[in-house]
Amino acid sequence: MISPTPKLVTRLVALVIGGVIVQTAAVSQLPIAGAHADLSPLMVMSVGLLCGSLAGGCFGFGVGLFVDLVSMQTLGVSSLVLLTVGYGAGRLREARDPEGTFVPLATGAAATLAFSVLFAIMQFLLGADAPVSWALLRQTLATLVINALIALPVYAIVRRWLLRALPEDPRRRRRRAYTTGGLSPLSRS
Amino acid sequence: MYDKTVRRRRAVLGLLVASSLILLTAYFGESGGGALHGVQRGTSEVLNPVQEGASRALKPVRDLFGWFGATLDAKGKVEKLTADRNQLRAQLAQHEDALYENARMAKLLQTDGAYDLKLYGAKTGRVTFQSPTIWYATIRVDIGAGDGVEVGQPVINESALIGHVSAILGGAAQVTLLTDTSSSVAARAGKTGIFGEVESAGAGDPNDLLLKYSAPGARLNVGDHVVTRGTVSNGDRYPDLYPRGLPIGVITRIDHQGTDTQQVHLRPYANMQNLDFVQVLTKPQGAGGP
Repeated sequence: MISPTPKLVTRLVALVIGGVIVQTAAVSQLPIAGAHADLSPLMVMSVGLLCGSLAGGCFGFGVGLFVDLVSMQTLGVSSLVLLTVGYGAGRLREARDPEGTFVPLATGAAATLAFSVLFAIMQFLLGADAPVSWALLRQTLATLVINALIALPVYAIVRRWLLRALPEDPRRRRRRAYTTGGLSPLSRS
Repeated sequence: MYDKTVRRRRAVLGLLVASSLILLTAYFGESGGGALHGVQRGTSEVLNPVQEGASRALKPVRDLFGWFGATLDAKGKVEKLTADRNQLRAQLAQHEDALYENARMAKLLQTDGAYDLKLYGAKTGRVTFQSPTIWYATIRVDIGAGDGVEVGQPVINESALIGHVSAILGGAAQVTLLTDTSSSVAARAGKTGIFGEVESAGAGDPNDLLLKYSAPGARLNVGDHVVTRGTVSNGDRYPDLYPRGLPIGVITRIDHQGTDTQQVHLRPYANMQNLDFVQVLTKPQGAGGP
């Protein structure tokens, strides 16, 4: 688990504000195939993968709260859903530490799907008068595809933004240990 | 050490979940003028200038995307639009005659037959924000209380009615679109003037609205136009906030026609996904209104 330093917290807060403003001022107004990208679950997923479950959960809560405040939506819905997404992504990193270039893509798609489904469930529980229609499913699917396509660049930007504030990048640490023979299975024989 | 870390993680998670649930419950329990709503409005007011600036700064990027989208869209519509143009040309000749007669009749009745937006105090605003989720069909415009904008006033774009003002945030206003599940507008449809309520057909589809509460035997057809019903007379105790005759959309489909479960679908004239400039009618009752 990464301990929160003032520098990391400052960068995370800046990321919340900047990300949500870009989302609401630009990305939400760019329809692609009748839908638009949603940066919130991707940012939360990226922070979860980079910083762990605690930071991911707190960041998700912060992003959700800010989105609800700025968009004048029901307070607490987005924060609860994004908190779950961030915590899940963080636990994935802590339990499995998946490697591979396309991990952010798959995790981004999963995070978007989880966000869409949980948000929809919350809306239905709160009594939204919205039948499950093909249009709704199509929009959800389109957002899922668009988010999956932009998950890698979003992850790269978030990683670049946070890299200097992180104590040590886990990937670099692992590679260095492996190349110096510390963790190589061959070195044991 | 490990146990301590796990305990700490779970405690923070529990705290955040509890905070979310408390916020949710408190928000639902309070009125529109409550503390949490006030904090929300305050935050939005503070961030409005930032959002407006970001919206203006990022406009070239939006335009670039829009250009690609519009080009592709336009290519696919050429044939249909050509056919529409030919049909409209034929109708234009007939309508010009009708307009001439209508103007004479309007003068005779001392009513303003023309659709004059100045009469309704139309104020133009730029869209600076669009809801990031498909569950809330809302936008925000950069005109507010200082421009005479009030909650409930109708909002139109160059095509048709798009919604109403749902909140004032200092120098900006939140607009709830017709496609929002909480939106409802009294409407009149077809040549025979069937009354009903236009509501969203459900979250996620910006091209589908429903005309509800029309009589089961109402003679409506696909292609009939739907407009706002408006105030019926000056003596009405609760006048409609929307002026009469604002275009809303066109009927595209009627399910279970003639039965009690009849569902009249219409497509809004306005493209709710591509709103740039809109107009708020600050005097919905006309020049002599409230």
